[in-house]
Amino acid sequence: MSQDAYRKVRLARDNGRPTGVDYIKNIFQDFVEFHGDRRFGDDAAVVGGIALLNDSPVTVIATEKGHSVKERAMRGFGAPSPEGYRKALRLMKQAEKFGRPIVCFVDTSGAQCGIGAEERGQGQAIAENLMEMSTLCVPVISILIGEGGSGGALALAVADRVWMLRGAVYSVISPEGCASILWKDSARAPEAASCLKLTAEDAKALGVVDRVLSEKDLGESEFYDRIRTLLEKEIRKLSAEPELIQKRYDRFRKMGIRGKEEKP
Amino acid sequence: MALLNFLKPKNQLEEGGRTAAPVQRDEGEPEKNCPNCHKDIPLSRLWANQLVCPCGYHFRMKARQRIHMAADKGTFAELYPEIKSGDPLEFPGYQEKLDTACAASGEGEAVVCGTAQIGGYGCCIFAMEAYFMMGSMGSAVGEKITLLFEYAIAHHLPVIGYIVSGGARMQEGLLSLMQMAKTSAAVKRHSDAGLLYIAVLTNPTTGGVTASFAMEADIILAEPGATIGFAGPRVIEQTTGKSLPKGFQKAEFVQQHGFIDAIAGRREQKKLFEQLLRMHAH
Repeated sequence: MSQDAYRKVRLARDNGRPTGVDYIKNIFQDFVEFHGDRRFGDDAAVVGGIALLNDSPVTVIATEKGHSVKERAMRGFGAPSPEGYRKALRLMKQAEKFGRPIVCFVDTSGAQCGIGAEERGQGQAIAENLMEMSTLCVPVISILIGEGGSGGALALAVADRVWMLRGAVYSVISPEGCASILWKDSARAPEAASCLKLTAEDAKALGVVDRVLSEKDLGESEFYDRIRTLLEKEIRKLSAEPELIQKRYDRFRKMGIRGKEEKP
Repeated sequence: MALLNFLKPKNQLEEGGRTAAPVQRDEGEPEKNCPNCHKDIPLSRLWANQLVCPCGYHFRMKARQRIHMAADKGTFAELYPEIKSGDPLEFPGYQEKLDTACAASGEGEAVVCGTAQIGGYGCCIFAMEAYFMMGSMGSAVGEKITLLFEYAIAHHLPVIGYIVSGGARMQEGLLSLMQMAKTSAAVKRHSDAGLLYIAVLTNPTTGGVTASFAMEADIILAEPGATIGFAGPRVIEQTTGKSLPKGFQKAEFVQQHGFIDAIAGRREQKKLFEQLLRMHAH
């Protein structure tokens, strides 16, 4: 049982899985990439821009781990720095201005952990995304395609719809981190993985994700076609939703314990 | 004039602790060793000084002591004390941890919320409890803070929050993570309603709490010497293999990097709250 959850973690981390850019290339047309956060720099761990979903423009943002050893290093192993989150937010605000829906693909072990990231406000960058995404007036759909590592993943997943591939994982902490904090033994990661309830089925059961996507033909053209069709349908539905922001608020509001509200 | 006070050193810790007054002792009085100046300080003296060592070191303080210190006498009315964590994932050992935390802290959860007056100004106030699983945020903490911001919106009140936290509580898994989004959305609504939120970051403020409501305040204050960051210093050292710069993630360092409005020692906090609330009362 515990081996099963950890096996999923390892598969979700597998180098061979399609990464963010693969999804962008195969689902959308005419992708134009935009760089930089207009504050400090450009983070290669986050790729964003505009593209066409059939004939409609959408803003697309993805964390990117890279495939080759060289590319993975260049991409910061898919762990965004504050600049990555700020670039994402800049593009989301731009999407709002032009009335474009937003699609995010999330695959990260977590926000980058380092001296520079702390100095430039990693916590503040994530916090700002959580706050601002909660009131974006355009539809937002986030898809967890591999690893959904903690706040670093959530910062691109405060969305109207959160979908998750069957082989992806989503967790508050890595199983290794959890095991080393709780039991002072990172070798007990498989046990932690099982306790954390981080598989797509678990996340669906907890109400954290709305839909689990099959990956039986992962990476094949039918796979991307299916996601494209689902996105089109859902965006059409969300675009007609008059109380989009309220519903997004309610979506997260109901998670965890719900106390009695005060009457004003 | 009062604003210029921001520029002055706030206490002896900021002056390197060199001006600490000699400590007076009574025979046989219980003492506490200060991790900063390594002196034994009589407890009575610490208590008389809001748990601040003569060298300026701020000892850990319980949530209710903080509220007591900030609120006008007799004005604090607690909200949502009934909200407590369940064990949604049936995480091994979590229920026992919760029981121990309740006993150790005397609190039902890691945050105390309510309304109070400060300098005669009505506000909502919350203080996180370090003695309850190091102020970690699970569903109950997220719910109480969200409810408090919603209460503040409904009653047009500012919010003052004392923050101490190791981050999201891993024993509630994804539900803890989602509290970051939930509280942030409530803070955003409060902000969009034109209302004031002041956060005081105390030692330590890290992880998912830093990456949500700690860094979302209009005015972010910090206690001297507090560790403030997203990733913990040990994790960063292990991950990067680099030694950390001097003072890394300390309040003063984080202020230098542009993320803290002002450092406020415990003895100045109430006065500062009153001043800021007055400046936002209209």
